[in-house]
Amino acid sequence: MRTRVAVFLATLLSALVCVLGVGAGVAHAEGESIFGFLKNPKGGENVPVPGATVTVKGPGGFSETATTDADGRWTVETNTAGNFTVTLDQDSLPKGVTLRNPDADSLKVPIAEGQDKPVLFALGKSTRVIQSKWSQAAQLSAEGLRFGLIIALAAVGLSLIFGTTGLTNFAHGELVTVGAVIGWWLGSGNLPLFLPDFGGMNFVLAIALTLVLMGLIGWANDAGLWRPLRRRGTGLIAAMIVSIGLGILLRYLLLYLFGGQTRSYPATRGQKGVELGPITLSPIDYISMGIAVVVLMAVAFALLRTRLGKATRAVADNPALASASGIDVDAVIRIVWIAGAMLAGLAGVLLGIAQGISFQTGFQILLLIFAAVTLGGLGTAFGALVGSLVVGLFITVSTLVIPAELKNVGALGILILILLVRPQGILGRAQRVG
Amino acid sequence: MNFERIIVNALEAGVGVETVVFALAAIGLNVHFGYTGLLNFGQSAFLAMAAYGVGTTVATFDLPLWLGVVFGLTASVVLALLLGIPTLRLRADYLAIVTIAAAEIVRLVFRSVTFEGTFGGSDGRQSFAGDFYAINPYPVGDYGVGSFGFNERALWVLTVGWALVALSCLIVFLLMRSPWGRVVKAIREDEDAVRSLGKNVYSYKLQSLVIGGVLGCLGGFILALARSSIQPDIFGTETTFFAYTVLILGGAARVASPVVGAMIFWVVLSLTDNILGEAVGAGYIPSSVLTASQVGQIRFMLVGLALMLLMIFRPQGIFGDRREIALDAR
Repeated sequence: MRTRVAVFLATLLSALVCVLGVGAGVAHAEGESIFGFLKNPKGGENVPVPGATVTVKGPGGFSETATTDADGRWTVETNTAGNFTVTLDQDSLPKGVTLRNPDADSLKVPIAEGQDKPVLFALGKSTRVIQSKWSQAAQLSAEGLRFGLIIALAAVGLSLIFGTTGLTNFAHGELVTVGAVIGWWLGSGNLPLFLPDFGGMNFVLAIALTLVLMGLIGWANDAGLWRPLRRRGTGLIAAMIVSIGLGILLRYLLLYLFGGQTRSYPATRGQKGVELGPITLSPIDYISMGIAVVVLMAVAFALLRTRLGKATRAVADNPALASASGIDVDAVIRIVWIAGAMLAGLAGVLLGIAQGISFQTGFQILLLIFAAVTLGGLGTAFGALVGSLVVGLFITVSTLVIPAELKNVGALGILILILLVRPQGILGRAQRVG
Repeated sequence: MNFERIIVNALEAGVGVETVVFALAAIGLNVHFGYTGLLNFGQSAFLAMAAYGVGTTVATFDLPLWLGVVFGLTASVVLALLLGIPTLRLRADYLAIVTIAAAEIVRLVFRSVTFEGTFGGSDGRQSFAGDFYAINPYPVGDYGVGSFGFNERALWVLTVGWALVALSCLIVFLLMRSPWGRVVKAIREDEDAVRSLGKNVYSYKLQSLVIGGVLGCLGGFILALARSSIQPDIFGTETTFFAYTVLILGGAARVASPVVGAMIFWVVLSLTDNILGEAVGAGYIPSSVLTASQVGQIRFMLVGLALMLLMIFRPQGIFGDRREIALDAR
């Protein structure tokens, strides 16, 4: 996205330079005037067009003609403010040089007091670089994959928490934000409140420390709040509303501590894009995707091949039966919370790298995480992974056909559709959800 | 510390527009959640439908206000049906996710640049309440005692608003005493038992959704007409969460408790805002801890904390009955 904007801005700038020159350098001390440069883009160069005629008509019968000089520049001193009409005589253009839009040879130009106004006549073919739909699709798919992998990190945690405890954790978005924010505090050295500022630490070290802190936060969540509620026998709907309250509390606490503006990590600013075929992403984007893939594979390996992973899957499937077969359900849940919080924190850091950190970062993707988890099957980690990739790809690739501001609408629409057609999600077990 | 101002502001908040709006929204939510056990987290979409129904009809299409009211009501009914038909067979937590998603879709569409011509984009719509204030019977002036009072426009809005609140409470009271109300309360307790008695549970839930939606959307009308200005971001998820806090505070499944909950909610928020604001202004709280612009954030933190504490320690709220709350089912 950033690089597409950069390409467009660069070509717009060069198109302006073609016909205007850097008009800022020309400043008359007094008297109003209208001026311009006529330059034809040819062979990558902007060739000045001499000898072309420009006529300026204005109030009070003002009419003057100017001819472009060897540099392609023309000037008409109007010496009054008012509304003028500037017309380019197309016949006076040399052979082979044409107005880009032949109907736009006459422009209305208002002049204010003391103003020297440059006027733009675009010549020659448009030099805007328009990507083909295919390369756009490839670029969007790459970005969608990156986004999907980041959501997957958060979604796996959410899905496992739901599977093992039945809690729909509406505060999961805030776990993502907390990870991003802690990463920023450590990386930049600006600690909140009364804590002393320090110079900031190495970014990799900051991320590692962030993950450790997130693990602690996950442990605190379970030990301090959710396990006591489970012990009390609080119903799941009540627990869900508690998580909504916790989410609101954390979000505005973060607003208070972090402030309202969007910031970026110091280590990741201003990176040049690296091209891989039609796809251009910055090096840190490739690294983020790599980290996400490695971590997800580690989680998958842990779930499939280790005893703890097997115990987790058992508890997610049927806690009572797992407990009856000797598994310590509380310990498993504690570990799921720690791991889930760490994964969410990592997702927050990667998201912060991709699109900046604000107190709303997590909340904005919360619904997308829910869509991903529901799409894949609530309660299964692999379903969360599949669902996240689908949601991530759908969101970005859909901008080819629907306006970018409505891309979340598409994802949410898919969520509702899936619940109609296959409520258990792609990988969920076919059980009644209502 | 200007205590007179603090108290007067709190009293005005207790009977003011915000209280009316949230009381109406919570009354609708009471029908959904308190009496039927439906976890509708999209209530703000109903308010948005009503507000934009009025705003768009008058400001974009230049039609009379009463037509806007009709459109708003119709749009709410349609939204309730659209929301209900696919989702009412889903479990509570799925229903919550889907209704939040639907409300977000509504807000994003109203906010979009694509439909900016009709809905006004992120600026929304303004200046559409002329007809409403034209029939204001109160002569120009301030009405009140000392510093507590409202001008004639605010008084008119409040009169209409509180009349609607009283009407809604009456409707809910009559409904819930009727056989329909008994079936709906039974659905909240045990859906399968009701189904086994031969009642069409799905149809009752849909009716409850429509009625609660229409009652809630009245709040949207008052909100739009009071400020004569609507923006899409007013109708985000925060509004729904506030309405839930109001409902749970007052006590679900009681006729008048959403109203009491709304009054207490806004009095407390007003007191907090004003006391903190005055304390910061007078220097009692150093600006390194809290600046004037951060006072508003405390309000949200309080709401989140209140919601948590309520659900953990007193889910039936102030007036509710512990046995009647639909929170123990999965």
